[in-house]
Amino acid sequence: MSTVKLTVNGRAVSADVEDRTLLVHLLRDNLNLTGTHVGCDTSQCGACTVHVDGRAVKSCTMLAAQAAGSSVTTIEGIAKGDELHPMQAAFRDNHGLQCGFCTPGMIMASIDIVHRHGGKLDEETVRHELEGNICRCTGYHNIVKAVLDAAGRMKVAQAAE
Amino acid sequence: MGVEGIGASVVRKEDKRFITGKGRYVDDVKLTGMTFAQFVRSPHAHAKVKGIDSSAAMKMPGVIAVLTGQQIVDDKIGNLICGWAITSKDGSPMKMGAWPAMAPETVRFVGQAVAVVIAETKNQARDAAEAVVVNYEELPAVPDIRAAIKPGAPQLHPEAPGNIIFDWTLGDEAAVNAAFAKAANVVTFELANNRLVPNAMEPRSAIADYNDAEEHFTLYTTSQNPHVARLVLSAFYNVAPEHKLRVIAPDVGGGFGSKIYIYPEEMVCLWASRKVGRPIKWTADRSESFLTDMHGRDHISKAEMAFDKDNKILGLRVKTHSNFGAYMSLFSSAVPTYLYATLLSGQYNIPAIFAEVITVYTNTTPVDAYRGAGRPEASYLIERVMETAARQLKVDPTELRKKNFITQFPHQTPVIMAYDAGDFHASLDAAKKAIDYEGFAARKAKAKSEGKLRGIGVSCYIEACGIAPSKAVGSLGAGVGLWESAEIRVNPVGTIEVLTGSHSHGQSHETTFAQLVSERLGVPISQVQIVHGDTDKVQFGMGTYGSRSLAVGGTAIVKAMEKVEAKAKKIAAHLLEASEGDIVIENGEFKVTGTDKSLALPMVALAAYTAHNLPEGMEPGLKETAFYDPTNFTFPAGAYICELEVDPPTGKTTFVNFVAADDFGRLINPMIVEGQVHGGLAQGIGQALLEGAVYDENGQLVTASFMDYTMPRADDLPSFKLSHTTTLCPGNPLGVKGCGEAGAIGASAAVINAITDAIGNNKLEMPATPDRVWHVINGKAA
Repeated sequence: MSTVKLTVNGRAVSADVEDRTLLVHLLRDNLNLTGTHVGCDTSQCGACTVHVDGRAVKSCTMLAAQAAGSSVTTIEGIAKGDELHPMQAAFRDNHGLQCGFCTPGMIMASIDIVHRHGGKLDEETVRHELEGNICRCTGYHNIVKAVLDAAGRMKVAQAAE
Repeated sequence: MGVEGIGASVVRKEDKRFITGKGRYVDDVKLTGMTFAQFVRSPHAHAKVKGIDSSAAMKMPGVIAVLTGQQIVDDKIGNLICGWAITSKDGSPMKMGAWPAMAPETVRFVGQAVAVVIAETKNQARDAAEAVVVNYEELPAVPDIRAAIKPGAPQLHPEAPGNIIFDWTLGDEAAVNAAFAKAANVVTFELANNRLVPNAMEPRSAIADYNDAEEHFTLYTTSQNPHVARLVLSAFYNVAPEHKLRVIAPDVGGGFGSKIYIYPEEMVCLWASRKVGRPIKWTADRSESFLTDMHGRDHISKAEMAFDKDNKILGLRVKTHSNFGAYMSLFSSAVPTYLYATLLSGQYNIPAIFAEVITVYTNTTPVDAYRGAGRPEASYLIERVMETAARQLKVDPTELRKKNFITQFPHQTPVIMAYDAGDFHASLDAAKKAIDYEGFAARKAKAKSEGKLRGIGVSCYIEACGIAPSKAVGSLGAGVGLWESAEIRVNPVGTIEVLTGSHSHGQSHETTFAQLVSERLGVPISQVQIVHGDTDKVQFGMGTYGSRSLAVGGTAIVKAMEKVEAKAKKIAAHLLEASEGDIVIENGEFKVTGTDKSLALPMVALAAYTAHNLPEGMEPGLKETAFYDPTNFTFPAGAYICELEVDPPTGKTTFVNFVAADDFGRLINPMIVEGQVHGGLAQGIGQALLEGAVYDENGQLVTASFMDYTMPRADDLPSFKLSHTTTLCPGNPLGVKGCGEAGAIGASAAVINAITDAIGNNKLEMPATPDRVWHVINGKAA
């Protein structure tokens, strides 16, 4: 057992966990942030994707202890009060989700994709970059639309700031 | 159509919780005092359980109990059931072997549970499960159909000699034989339909909570049909009386059929929660999902089609072996029979059809309905045969199809189904136009000059869904009726709650059902709450599968609305001193036609609940229930055309274009419908190119993780070009046919027809992986 101290969604938190505890379980079980999901056991599906120090990370592939001292953002932390993040709004507006289970990871991964490409994205790039996020419901067609839509909105928001 | 009514692509009401991470899936739920279950599972495909030693496990930290299959038998808990009685051609009933939730004596597939550990934490349960020592005596395993039916093969169940469950036929054998006798040409084709693992993204999960003081059970379960779960757990498994059992299916992360069934795990958790006196949660690992979720498909078939000299079909003969796995699952018997053979006419006028289906036990995970359930198998077979026929008869594949299309409706097929409405020429013409079919030859030649093999493939599918007319399925062996229920509560201030027996696990009912109410009663969808998934709230429902929720569940809502409207009109007429026949609904107001006298729905509702001035003899309140039993299946149909390129040195397939022209009757929300088609196409393409559950000769599932089983990912799929033609369904007041499974039903044949066209070799099985395609191109066995 060890005490892991980190920042989650802007709040300093502390959790006593077994050494083998994965970051995703610290989030879900210790902090009750159940928006981050577990969909597989081989790091393929991406439902657990969060941001650690600004980068998309599969939280099932990190020990909680490895996140000590880091700043973690989960799906629960990206809206500003009632104002949705442009990526969240784009998923809703483009019907980029059906059952919703892959959606938090999809949104977190997609935000990171837009950031890394400086808003320069096309369909082929988005599809390639989403390789690490599996969806069984949507066939990806509307997810790709949502990401491209959000990229445009995020660029505009950046320009406006 | 209002802005939020029928035909409007309104954005979903349910999205808010999903996009903000506030969805409430079963594994998200935490109960006070909750414990955790970990199952001890057989590593052998076939073995006798000689003994279970839990002494070491019981001593480990946090362990509360280790329970075994024998204890379930001792407590007189029932076995899992198959709810559809099929009779063999010799009149004998299907040969069903017993399926206990945890095996007391014999395990028959890798992953079958023999014991369960209950502990304070999941890690403690997991650690202790590894310490349970099970003494197995291994038996020879039968890993596939061919091994199972070989003379002298090891027998799985004493009830099923030769591992044959049933040998069933449909159609007129004599008429088919006569057709073949006078045929000008016969096309013969052998094909397989590969086994798939459904893999909804949310693994199965259950939380069972027994309240001893009230002698009442609560079960949270990832189910597509909570009332069916309650019925089966009480009446058949005998775990809890129906009136003392509440089943809640909250947000469920996809089902595709795999969450219809009432599995050993939720049954054991429910039973164990009473023994242990604490709530128990179980959530599957993905590997457990691969091993224990019911698999789909797994057919081997031989098909023969007879043509006259004008290339019109005279008859079709099909023989299919279907792999049921180690046990008969809940719907399993219906899938390769009444959901398969009854669709073998496809879109074609076929005077005589005869099908024989032989179902087989093997030492593999049990098989049951998976998106399409029997119809993908039928559609794939017919469309591969038609393509093969076109090539053999040297005619254009679309011309051969058009020559044989049914054009008069209703059309009675020789295999029970009577198609009510359709226009097959319209969909095929639309698809051909969308993909520029006429220009393909030039594109193929250009690709060839660049070293690529380009192919085009057509798939004209029809399916039967909107499951199902109760009397009809009852007469065919179903143990249940397949109607649906809706209760509409107009609250005193005019907001509306719709309690539906349907369940949304991605199908968007919270939005589309609200649109139905908005259209009829003029209420904004924000004022309409759709309630589903809790047996304490909704009286009964048969759940969501078989593309039934709009056709059957939606019609139940329409019927309930008719009753609400009738009563509301009576009240309005009374209050406005007009005659009932003069009241119309306009923008949510009950208006006396030709005047400006009106009452808003909230005022009518308030009058109903204050009851100060109601018509003589009328009961207070404004709440109506309807149970709707469909009169026929519905018949979505369409044409898919796929254009792709194969890279000869690698065998890799790349999509150039994929067009779909579907006829779903009336569309309630086109955006939702397109989403369903996208998802279905992804699964159909997945089956054709990527997916396949593989067992080795010892019955070990080799493809038991996302590393080994290829799920379609974003870069495996193209964007799709969808269009719709419309023939309204005459069978229900909405004119809807359902759209949830069509993509999964029709897509596979389009892909394989295209690849075989590209490589000039028709002998290609699914999945057409680069490895397999390369071997076929190079004339080697893969």
